[in-house]
Amino acid sequence: MDRIWVLAETGEQGPTPLTLELLAAARGLAPRVEAVAWGPGTASIAGVLGEHGASRVYDVGDLAGALPGAPVAAAMAALVERGERPDAVLFPASYDGRDVAGRLSVRLDRPVLTNVTGLSVRDGSLVTEHPVFGGAQIVHARFTGEGPGIYVVRAKSFAAASAGGAAAEVVAAPAGDVGPTGAARIVERHAEEASGPKLDEAAVVVSGGRGLGSADSYALVEELARLLHGAPGASRAIVDAGWVPYSHQVGQTGKTVKPTLYVGWGISGATQRLVGMKGAKSIVAINKDREAPIFSVADLGVVGDVHKVLPALIEALRSRS
Amino acid sequence: MHVVVCVKQIPDPAAPGSLRKDTLTLDRSGKLVMDDSDSYGVEMALQLASGVDGSEVTLVSMAPGSETSGLRTALAMGAADAILVSDDALAGSDALSTAKVLAAAIRRAEPDLVIAATESTDGYTGTLPVQVAELLGMPSVTFAKRVSTDGTTIKVERQTEAGYDDVECPLPAVVTVTAGVVEPRYPSFKGIMAAKSKRIDVLGLADLGIDAAEVGSRGAREEVLDVADAEARGGGEIVVDEGDGAQRIVAFLEQLKVI
Ligand SMILES: Cc1cc2nc3c(=O)[nH]c(=O)nc-3n(C[C@H](O)[C@H](O)[C@H](O)COP(=O)(O)OP(=O)(O)OC[C@H]3O[C@@H](n4cnc5c(N)ncnc54)[C@H](O)[C@@H]3O)c2cc1C
Repeated sequence: MDRIWVLAETGEQGPTPLTLELLAAARGLAPRVEAVAWGPGTASIAGVLGEHGASRVYDVGDLAGALPGAPVAAAMAALVERGERPDAVLFPASYDGRDVAGRLSVRLDRPVLTNVTGLSVRDGSLVTEHPVFGGAQIVHARFTGEGPGIYVVRAKSFAAASAGGAAAEVVAAPAGDVGPTGAARIVERHAEEASGPKLDEAAVVVSGGRGLGSADSYALVEELARLLHGAPGASRAIVDAGWVPYSHQVGQTGKTVKPTLYVGWGISGATQRLVGMKGAKSIVAINKDREAPIFSVADLGVVGDVHKVLPALIEALRSRS
Repeated sequence: MHVVVCVKQIPDPAAPGSLRKDTLTLDRSGKLVMDDSDSYGVEMALQLASGVDGSEVTLVSMAPGSETSGLRTALAMGAADAILVSDDALAGSDALSTAKVLAAAIRRAEPDLVIAATESTDGYTGTLPVQVAELLGMPSVTFAKRVSTDGTTIKVERQTEAGYDDVECPLPAVVTVTAGVVEPRYPSFKGIMAAKSKRIDVLGLADLGIDAAEVGSRGAREEVLDVADAEARGGGEIVVDEGDGAQRIVAFLEQLKVI
């Protein structure tokens, strides 16, 4: 492992937390780490990327509203064609990260390993870890064909850490014409109003499931989250039911959270759910069913009715402040 | 408008999954059903097709043993016909090989719009639809929450970290939908009866001009090394609420110094 690329995504406050996690992972595996970024502000994030271990950042440039999948993959493929040869490319398991990975996979004719939660080097080749059956088992896998290997890595698999490096050297890497593949355009962006910390960064996550009984009861989950300075989360069942937006979903198909404290109300704890939250330091679960699987991972389990315990808890916390 | 929906037929997710010890691949023996995640794509396709005159929905699936039971479910919902790729040489295909096979089958249908689930229930690699789009030379919009079309362009509300984006895209294009975006209809009795006589074209690799050596386990370029049990997280204290449940939680939060 000599050289690893990391797809660097930028949010409102610079590189996303997952980007920094991937840089830390790459640094632990190879001496040379480089980032690929797009957007109008790449030069302004070169400092942070460098601090986290990237010696260079390839700048695809402003995409003028195009979705990044096709142009960014094309730019990366062009670099490889020009003779830049990373041994591995790490992608964030994010909306855009998966798009770029899928398209690059076709461009380079290399398969993709997704849902990666761990990486190590065994006998010179990169070995991946994937949780299966809700994280009850871990599969180790690797590529057997010619590199570069393409990996899509889940959030919170690695801890971000600054390495104190100098700013990354910015190298222009334009996409060129991608024809019809690049024709999808963002015409307007909408930010859902969010007060309090983000779900995947919050120290406390308060989650609700179908046991809440109705969409209205979710307000109690939000209220408790507010009182604990945390973020409200949700099970897929109530996202599918339309009670809360998808951005609240925790689990295999939602966000991975690793808070100090996770509190789950009326959530059964299906395997696909557990994979998204069992990394929490402490877990409190309230469920009326003594046999609910979530109790098997809870530090404190309360067998009871959410409609009694939740309002009582909110009341108790309110009277303290 | 011709809409193609990718439909995966998978082992019943209600039955516990297992890895075959000899090959370390997912055990796919037993009856297959339509992946629940795909019912949203089928419903979305039917709704969009009904809004544009002269539209039709075709299903495309790759499955072992000429399996059609999952496809019949989607046909019963209202799709017009289906293409099924089934070939012994496909066993053990990785997602990129699967994408090549599906893209070749989809190309034959000459679609204006291709709809797929964001990820499958059993494999959830989540890259296949975009690989198909790249192979077909089409744009793609993933994680669609809401979709509308006039038959020449699509407008999509696409999920983002912060909220959603309004995305516009000319057709032909590939769109992936997440679960819950529409309410999948239940097949009516009439639909179920009609589905029995709807056409399913069964194709092999030779029909698609794909070399058997490039797909399946022969063409796979990734391997599973081993499967290990994950570190178990032990359970803690479990109490039954006797009216003191909230107080027990308060005490626990104090102990954690969260409050
Ligand atoms: C491919 C795939 C991906 C998935 N991804 C995710 C994911 O990302 N996130 C996710 O959450 N799920 C995911 N799921 C779904 C998951 O399998 C479960 O269906 C879902 O998590 C169940 O949500 P739930 O716990 O809210 O509902 P249920 O399973 O219906 O559980 C409700 C619980 O509430 C309890 N309850 C009911 N009434 C009360 C009451 N009054 N007081 C206290 N307790 C009560 C019940 O005992 C029960 O345990 C996925 C599934 C698949 C197949």
